Amino acid sequence: MLDQAPKSITPLVQVRGLKMYFPIYSGLLRRHTGDVKAVDGVSFDIMPGETLGLVGESGCGKSTVGRALLRLYEITAGNVVINGTDVATLAPEALRKARPQMQMVFQDPQASLNPRMTLADIIGEPLDEHTDLDSTQKLARIYELMDAVGLNRRFANRFPHEFSGGQRQRIGIARALALNPRFIVCDEPIAALDVSIQAQVVNLLEDLQEKLGLTYLFISHDLSMVRHIADRVAVMYLGRIAELSPRDALYARPLHPYAEALLSAVPEPDPTLARSRQRIILQGDVPSPANPPKGCNFCTRCPKVFDLCRQVKPELVEVEPGRMVACHLYPNTSVAGSTGVFEAKEHNQQGVSQ
Amino acid sequence: MLTFTIRRLLLAIPTLLFISLVIFLLVDFAPGSPMSQIPLTVPPEVRLKIIEAMGANEPIFVRYLLWLKQFFYVEPLVLIDSIFGSSYSQGMQRIVSWQSRSPVMDIIVERMPQTLTVVGSAYVIGVIIAVPIGIYSAYRQYSWFDQLGTFIAMIGFSVPTFFTGVVLILVFSVNLGWFPSIYNTSLKVTDWDSFMLQVKQMAMPVAVLALYNASQISRYMRSSMLDNLAQDYVRTARAKGMSERVVVLKHVLRNSLIPVVTVIALGIPTIFGGAIITEQVFKVNGLGALLINAIQGSDLPMVQTLTFIFAVLIVMFNLIADVLYGMLDPRIRYD
Repeated sequence: MLDQAPKSITPLVQVRGLKMYFPIYSGLLRRHTGDVKAVDGVSFDIMPGETLGLVGESGCGKSTVGRALLRLYEITAGNVVINGTDVATLAPEALRKARPQMQMVFQDPQASLNPRMTLADIIGEPLDEHTDLDSTQKLARIYELMDAVGLNRRFANRFPHEFSGGQRQRIGIARALALNPRFIVCDEPIAALDVSIQAQVVNLLEDLQEKLGLTYLFISHDLSMVRHIADRVAVMYLGRIAELSPRDALYARPLHPYAEALLSAVPEPDPTLARSRQRIILQGDVPSPANPPKGCNFCTRCPKVFDLCRQVKPELVEVEPGRMVACHLYPNTSVAGSTGVFEAKEHNQQGVSQ
Repeated sequence: MLTFTIRRLLLAIPTLLFISLVIFLLVDFAPGSPMSQIPLTVPPEVRLKIIEAMGANEPIFVRYLLWLKQFFYVEPLVLIDSIFGSSYSQGMQRIVSWQSRSPVMDIIVERMPQTLTVVGSAYVIGVIIAVPIGIYSAYRQYSWFDQLGTFIAMIGFSVPTFFTGVVLILVFSVNLGWFPSIYNTSLKVTDWDSFMLQVKQMAMPVAVLALYNASQISRYMRSSMLDNLAQDYVRTARAKGMSERVVVLKHVLRNSLIPVVTVIALGIPTIFGGAIITEQVFKVNGLGALLINAIQGSDLPMVQTLTFIFAVLIVMFNLIADVLYGMLDPRIRYD
């Protein structure tokens, strides 16, 4: 629905060529000998009110994308335009001022809350910094937020360790909502929770989205949960987006071989269907992001690999309306034209071909 | 918290009694005898009289029980008498030094101020230096400031105080003549000039000890800060859009101080213990010097009393550290 939105609506979040490299220093003199390419050229848009799911296996750079988007890391290259401001290049003070519009719900609700601050302090702290509410208004706002996430007002003076995992994640969400953000990155918000609590938290996120018109980037490795909450889904592999498609289309017919393999791993609840299900088992391991293969990142494990894959890095292009795939199996008019660009890029690839 | 404290205080009583027994036995079994201090020219019968007068010929358990009585009953009464001018302790035998024949507690009270001024101020200065160094070293890990701080801390750790003390004396007393090499205990601070003299004579022993203390505490501070800087809640604070100052000084520092405060509290008894070596080098006649002289002279009551006081302080400050921990960290409750 939202992905079909007319082009006139400007995306709330525009990411272009986002790169996040973590330098490797080695040897006696700690020379800069390479980079872990956690995120290597990622581009996508998120429309206002939309939920973009970001899935992929551990270590593929999902969380790094989320943190880089909010500039919790100093990004290596690229642009991140959120609500009209390029977050990637803001000066520290301006960045701080821009923080209220973009927030994050963290993965580990225990570790991401300061153990020495009470719930009211945790939720109220951003209000001190970014608003000039007096203490009664502040308390009213704290209570309002606690109501919004379903926390009892009596808990305001308790410390995080006195809560259960699900309650802590509610605190994390209330904290993120305190400054009326427009965009929230949910970095595996349910990964540390019990299954029974996961549904509660996800439903809470959906309710809040409806009420407050929030835009989410929902990072998860739980494919079923992403299917539940996301409008569009981006599948990441080794620092790059393999496929970016509307949710239903992706789950019905994944285009990229990696997306296909990943989705075939989702358990099928119906036993008769499960027996006939064809799982695609990938061979080998994920290559090191410090030394990704030349050509397509997935070429070392792809069941449908052919020569071109080992030579040329495929770009993410729209192969069907609304569906973007980075794969040579789906030739697109734009591929032929931009081959020259690919070849020019080859020189800085330090990878080995198979 | 109160029940916990009272429980711990009650538990400390048997602990301390046991410690006092162990100290007493150790001191008694140690080689060296009070007799060796009596000149050989003294005739044997006089020598025997002297030993009898000191009570050194009594069996060990009699001496131990007597010491217990003197320490826990007589000496507190003396203290009460000296405060309120009463006379409860009239005619009671106090713990008497075998060397000087004067009451042990009086000597300790005489020596205490020197130790507290020199070693105490060294500790305070060490902490004041160490905490900011630790914070900044951790915040800028592996920067040149951190490397320099690590280097100086390693020097402070590894070079013994008798060496740094002598080096300082050579440079600043012998060659430059800025500071006196001997601490003058009888100096009274009455005006600005005598105050400056006091500062000058304290400068070198305090510097030696402060270097040692600061290097220890700054390492604790640094590693505790590093632990906390890597925590998720720091990223949360940054995501909230708090300024770096608030992130570091409010979120990280307050959490990092919990273990450091404990370490600082546990180090306080060592102030009273005096810095035996440093006091010797700079001729500060504090408690450390008193203890070492008492050991050399086989002055059993003095050694016994001093070491037991140190033991009491260590047990006390352990308790204080635990209570502080409970107050600082809301996750810890002793109920």
